[in-house]
Amino acid sequence: MKTFTMLSTSGILGYGYAEESLRIGMSRKPQVIGCDGGSTDPGPHYLGAGTSFCSRLSVKRDLRLMLQAAVAANIPCIIGTSGGAGGEPHLQDTAALVREIAREEKLSFRMALIHAEQDKPWLTERLGRTRPLAKLPPLDAATIDRATRIVGMMGPEPIARALDGGAQVILAGRSSDPAQWAAPAIRAGMAPAPSWYAGKMLECGAEPTTPKEPDCLLVTIEGDHLTCEPPNPIRRCTPLSVANFALHENSSPIHHVEPGGLLDTSDVTFEAMTDRVVKVAGMRWTPAATYTVKLEGVELAGYRAITICATRDPVLISQIDDYLATHRAKVAAKAADFGVPAESYRMSVRTIGRDAVMAGWEPVKTVTSHELGFIVEVLAETQDVANAVLAMARTSLLHADFAGRLCKEGNMAFPFSPSDIPLGALYRFSIFHVVAPDDPYEMFPIEYEKVG
Amino acid sequence: MALIRDIAQVCKSKNAGPFMVTIDVLFEDPAVYRRVKATGVLNAALFARLYSVAEADVLFTPYDTASAFKATLPRLVPAGDFGDTDVYGAQQHAPLLDVDIPL
Repeated sequence: MKTFTMLSTSGILGYGYAEESLRIGMSRKPQVIGCDGGSTDPGPHYLGAGTSFCSRLSVKRDLRLMLQAAVAANIPCIIGTSGGAGGEPHLQDTAALVREIAREEKLSFRMALIHAEQDKPWLTERLGRTRPLAKLPPLDAATIDRATRIVGMMGPEPIARALDGGAQVILAGRSSDPAQWAAPAIRAGMAPAPSWYAGKMLECGAEPTTPKEPDCLLVTIEGDHLTCEPPNPIRRCTPLSVANFALHENSSPIHHVEPGGLLDTSDVTFEAMTDRVVKVAGMRWTPAATYTVKLEGVELAGYRAITICATRDPVLISQIDDYLATHRAKVAAKAADFGVPAESYRMSVRTIGRDAVMAGWEPVKTVTSHELGFIVEVLAETQDVANAVLAMARTSLLHADFAGRLCKEGNMAFPFSPSDIPLGALYRFSIFHVVAPDDPYEMFPIEYEKVG
Repeated sequence: MALIRDIAQVCKSKNAGPFMVTIDVLFEDPAVYRRVKATGVLNAALFARLYSVAEADVLFTPYDTASAFKATLPRLVPAGDFGDTDVYGAQQHAPLLDVDIPL
């Protein structure tokens, strides 16, 4: 029976992998090598700012070895959600890195860039064909207009088309995590159900293995099932490690909504073939009546500054709630004195040692720690105002009086000088909707170039 | 009686998109999973109580294939927005560790 083998190098391009894993993986003659370049997980900032959450140095290291391996084996190298968020600056930065590596290593190949950033007027015309996700309000023209950047999440079709176009290196903008794997597999004649499931397994590299760390994973599709195996001999795929990953970042473990249909994993079985190879079978694929593309967009919500400090004073710790309430009032009064009314900024104080992790969900109400840490955060319309209110909040937290105070030189330990950190723009997710395009391609134009 | 922390092999939380958090409990031994499931303690109402959300907002799925329970619920604050404490949603599992299962 015809088989199709794919090698995913890491959880995210730039998270690293063992060079030896890549070498062993390539010796298994995969038909495709690739890595997911991004996620919404690090938050809205990166889509808004047009920057990556991985360093250029680490991405270049991961990419260099992959490009060398792909060119040597004459197989495609596919990067999904390039540059972290898959917008235009992210795609262009990744393309610049590929060109730089090709120059340094004297590599030559045909490259495709698949754009995923969306045009606001186009989307506004399609408002009637959008639908909100996660209980957001319906999309409207004002929300589109306010957005800093909007990306569409491509399915496998544009990626398969780039392969048809002769691209050996494909840099996709924002793409559904499994799509970069489903595309070459389905195009090679594999059935959609195991092809999509293979994508689910490959989207985070060696995460379905134990010990679970960023590294490579091999998946081979054969007929109606697939096998998962880590090339690195220190890792194993076990039914538990694969099952654990099958639950990863999905709202439902059994219904996975993808651009062109639904992957149903209700009746999937995980079977140990050896002590480090797991066979997965029983998945089903149901094509959707309407092809939909997920949209992600962020808008600017202001500018932030933070400071970090801690107290070791038991008298203060015993009355911390009252102290923080008094502090809030003092900051409001002093900020009003320099022309910043309370309604023009927001301040949050996270108390580490009490509820800084779970906030309102924290079930433990009593503080038992001998020290408490604080992260003070101020959000305002400009960086200057955020900095000014934060500076006042910092000095008030250090010097305000409280009942029974013995530590009269200062209430807080500040570990850093400078103490105040301007965080810059705060972006928030404002668009999380789906749109029905005319076809799977119209939102994702492909551009080819000869590199090297 | 047995605490989840003593009988489960995985208990974890993570974002499921920027507006939801998903919490998983996995058992290596399907027999233990079946016994836990039979007690009926893990259900949407439990998650609604532990996380102060409406029961209707909890998507609770026992997943026999993986010997796992999954609950997905709305985040307190969207990931990375002002006041968020856990951008990745990776540390919201703790209340589950101490749930007592009458085995």
